[in-house]
Formats: sequence, C-alpha cells, structure tokens
Amino acid sequence: MCPGAAARNYGLREMSPWMKDFLFTIRLVYRNTLAMAGIAIITCLVLVAVFAPLLAPYSPIDISLDERLSPPSASHILGTDEMGRDILSRVIYGARISIRIAVTVVTIGGAVGSILGATAGYLRGRMGSIIMRVMDMILAFPALVLCMVLAAALGPSLNNALLAIAFVQIPKYARLVHSQALSLREKQYVLAARSMAASTPWIIWHHILPGCLSPVLVLATMGMGEAILLAASLSFIGLGAQPPEPEWGAMVAMGRQYLMDHWWLATFPGLAILVVAVGFNILGDALRDILDPRLRR
Amino acid sequence: MGEKLLLQVENLHTYFYTLQGVIKAIDGVNLCVREGEILGLVGESGCGKSVTALSILGLVPSPPGRVEGGRILFEGEDLLAKTPAEMRSIRGSRIAMIFQEPMSSLNPVFRIGDQMIEVIKLHKKVSTGSARIQALEMLHEVRMPDPEAVLAKYPFQLSGGMLQRVMIAMALSCEPSLLLADEPTTALDVTVQAQILNLMKDLIRKRNAAVLLITHALGVVAQTCDAVSVMYAGTAVESGSVESIFRSPAHPYTRGLMECIPDPSRKSGKLKIIPGTVPDPVNPPPGCRFHPRCYKATATCSQIRPDPVRVGPDHVVCCHYPEEG
Repeated sequence: MCPGAAARNYGLREMSPWMKDFLFTIRLVYRNTLAMAGIAIITCLVLVAVFAPLLAPYSPIDISLDERLSPPSASHILGTDEMGRDILSRVIYGARISIRIAVTVVTIGGAVGSILGATAGYLRGRMGSIIMRVMDMILAFPALVLCMVLAAALGPSLNNALLAIAFVQIPKYARLVHSQALSLREKQYVLAARSMAASTPWIIWHHILPGCLSPVLVLATMGMGEAILLAASLSFIGLGAQPPEPEWGAMVAMGRQYLMDHWWLATFPGLAILVVAVGFNILGDALRDILDPRLRR
Repeated sequence: MGEKLLLQVENLHTYFYTLQGVIKAIDGVNLCVREGEILGLVGESGCGKSVTALSILGLVPSPPGRVEGGRILFEGEDLLAKTPAEMRSIRGSRIAMIFQEPMSSLNPVFRIGDQMIEVIKLHKKVSTGSARIQALEMLHEVRMPDPEAVLAKYPFQLSGGMLQRVMIAMALSCEPSLLLADEPTTALDVTVQAQILNLMKDLIRKRNAAVLLITHALGVVAQTCDAVSVMYAGTAVESGSVESIFRSPAHPYTRGLMECIPDPSRKSGKLKIIPGTVPDPVNPPPGCRFHPRCYKATATCSQIRPDPVRVGPDHVVCCHYPEEG
C-alpha cells in the first residue's frame, strides 16, 4: 500500500509518528471486542467507585435490624443482609475497596518485582542468582497458602492482607523482567552507555526497565483481577477486611451461613467479584495481543 | 601533532574462559597513541581489535573475559590498576568510544534529544535546559541539518550516517582526549563513509584529541590515519607511520593484506587471497602466529615467537624475516 493510501484510510496525514502510533493503538483496541468488553467493565468499576456516595441508595454500614434479611424488593433492589444493611449499597462501596486492592497490590508487587528482576538480570553473577533463587523459593509455595500464613502472622486487617498479597506477586514480575533483562543487557546501547560512564542503577533505570514495560503492563492488568480474588479469599476466611467493611469477599463469607434461605446475601457480592476478575483478565489478554509488535500490523 | 605519548598499551593479555578452553583473544599486544594522532588498528575479524578497545575502557564482558596481564598507560596512569569508580570517571569524559552499528547504539524507545541530554547530564552537573543547548551545539558541530528537529526524533527515523553523527556528537560532548572508534563506518553506505571519516578527523584535529580507529579497511587507514598497527590473531605484528607501512610493508601478513586490495589495472581477474584461515584462538600455533599461512616460514618461525624488530624510524615489525623495501 502506498503511503498516500495509508494516510487516506486512517485519516492520519501530517501527524507525528508518535501520534500516528497512538491513534493506531486506539484503533486496535477499538476493533478488539474483548478489549472493549474488558475496558467497559473496568470503566464501570472505576465510575461506580468514584461516584459511590451518589449511586448508593443507603449507607453501607448503617444497621437497621427491623429490615434484616429482606429479599430483593423495590426499596432494597438486592435485598438486605443479616444486619439489615442494603446489599446494593455495600456492593457499590465495595468497588472502592476493590480498586484500592488492585492498585496497591500491583503497584507494590510490580515495582519491587520489576526492580529485583531487572537488577538480577542485568548483574547476573552471584547477586543475580541469589535474587532469583529467593524468588523461586517464594514461588515454590502455593500463592494462597503463603498469603494466608503472612496475613495471619501480620494480623488480620485489609492492609496486612494487601501487603501479603503484594509480597506473593513479587516473584512473577521478577521472573518476567529477569528474562527480558537478560536479553536487553546484551544490547549495544547498554555497552555504549557503560562506555559513557553510566552507573549500574542508571542503566537499569534508563535502558533495562523501559524495555520491560509492555509485558509488565499485561501482567499487571491480569494481576489486578487476581489480587481482587486473593483479597476476597483472604477476607472470606477472616484474614482480610474485617466487618463491617463492605469488602466483597467478607460479604460472601458472612452470607455463606444464610445461603440456603437467603441466597442474595452471598450471590451479589460474589457476582461482583466474578465480573471484575473476568474484566481484568480479558483486558490483560487483549492488551497482550495489542502490545505485541509482531501481531500489530 | 605532539610527540607526547597519550596511550601506551604494553604486552596486553585478555583471555576468555569458556567451556571449550581459554580463548586468548589478546595475547601480547603493544600499541602507542601519541597526542593528537589518529592510529589505525587493522586486522581481520576476530583478531582482537574490538577486545583491545574494550580492554582499554575496562569493559571486557566479565565473566567470561578477563584482562590477564600487561599495562595500559593513559596520560601516565595505569588503567588496569584503577578501581571501578576511578575507571568510571575516565570513561566518557577522558576516553570515549563509538561503535560499529549506530542503529543499535541508541535505545530505540527514547528520543535522540533525551538520550543526548541524559549523557551530558551524566558528566556535567548542568540543568536539562543547558544540556539541551549543549546537545544542539554538538549536533550543529557534526553538521547535522536541522538539529532542533533531530532532538525530537527517535533513532529509527534517522539514517545510519545521521545516527553515527549523533554518536560522534555524544562521544565528543565531554571533550575526551582519546576517542576509540570501533569500525565507525563499516555499517554505513560507501557514500557516507568518507563524510563521517572527514567529519571525525576535523573535529578531532580541532580538539587536539587522539583516535584509535579500528577498521578492517586499509583504504580507510590510508585516507584517515597518521599511524597504523596491524593485528593478527591477538598480537600486533607491525606498526609504523602510514607512509612507511604502505610504502614498504615489512611483515608478510601486512604485505598479504595489501595485495588483497583489488587492483583494476591488473587484468588477470582473480582476486588475491592469503591462503589458510585465521588460527584457532584456543590452540594458537606455536612460534609466530602467522607461520602456517606464511610463504616465508621456516623451522625457526614455528618454534620461536619473533620479537619486535625496528626496520625504520617509527616502524616496528614482529617477524624473523622482515621484507626489505
């Protein structure tokens, strides 16, 4: 295709290459149904979290005992729980907690893991081996079991649970970045930077980490869904969010006792977990395809 | 051209320890670069030219590589005795290097400007603004058309020649007194090669800096350099001024290299070659490294390693039977 035709097709004449590439990415996302579905779900989650006070018909923690365990109705669309709290309001406020979980875990786990992996991959040698063997040791434990142990040791609270989950996520990022760093360190621009007296941290920060960005981005997106699931699991067994916090996992845990006669207690927060986790996962999948330069054009 | 020695490499040995054995990439190399001089380092691929340059900067990939012996005197200081921190203060600011492929010497994900500014800031405690002005000045000096626009471009948007200009600008931005140029024009179009070489020569003369120009093209040496060292299989076999070496090559290998340059006036049509192949660096032949391929080789050559012999003013050769005239 001649350049003129390309410009006509995309309406991208007279634009900087960066802008062109950015718009092209947007187009790819737009054409990718899965990505759009993921983005729609995540956007809804964010909007609900931001506007929770406006959207929620009731307070998420106010108890009203005479309305306890009432089934879905016009006044309480998703019913009420064993304390008479409105489940819809609690699910809406729960979105805020979920976002906090996703962002905290991925930021801590991704940052620490990427830096460790890049350092190990760039230095190699003894230091690199030590870092990566420690990562392997962490990976050798089932994630959930290790989370439980750490969260229990730190004491049951949402923040401690988040720390535990972030810790367990570190090796995944470390391994991903490590393998990427091993190939990046052999690039001539790294040698050129060293010949210009660049220090090791400088090279890791300027040349190794930026090259690992796109796979980390994909892993982080998928990791958000997993973090929400793990946090819900910890809350379910009482090691995460404590009542009356409207955390979805904790809500499912409380509703479990009433599941036979009052199904709405556990079902709606459970559905919220499902939808959000799936949303992050399909967005991650789609991002992987979109960011892969071999699949782009 | 000053007579003072700027860089003196004495009996350098750099080995690589691999599973196949010890590769003696550099096995006793002697070089000297005078102030303001352009020294050409010539030889076939794999004879240790690039490793020599990396050894000087202390950047031999380690493991598996290690500088095992010798001295590298730069402005009177032994670089091999320096701590890593001291070496870093020398790299870039006193000795800079440019590489063979300009396309891979720059990180593809950052703009040219960002990379130049970062490097200038690495050496001089200046603000981003004044680093940017300096980058513009440097680009102007390497005769880059429209430097302002180049700063905003990514490496893939420039041609190889343009990128090599950027690399030269970056290397010279901190006023080094020695520039190591590792085949700076090999990856470029022939039409651009001369431009880049002339540009380098001009800038170097202006700064009274010296260059160690690594190349395998004798034409480049003849056009650019003041002196030449010829390397073969990890050793320097002959060195001298460009004039004396091109007029009267004393080592059979140097002579062979010159004869390999195609001569259109000769009608016979066949290209000359040097018979045989470069020796295995793990088990190099005893005695003179070149004797298995040498038409003059005798029993002495296969047993005793030749010492440097002076055959003229500034002209030294490592051969038992140097050629005359």
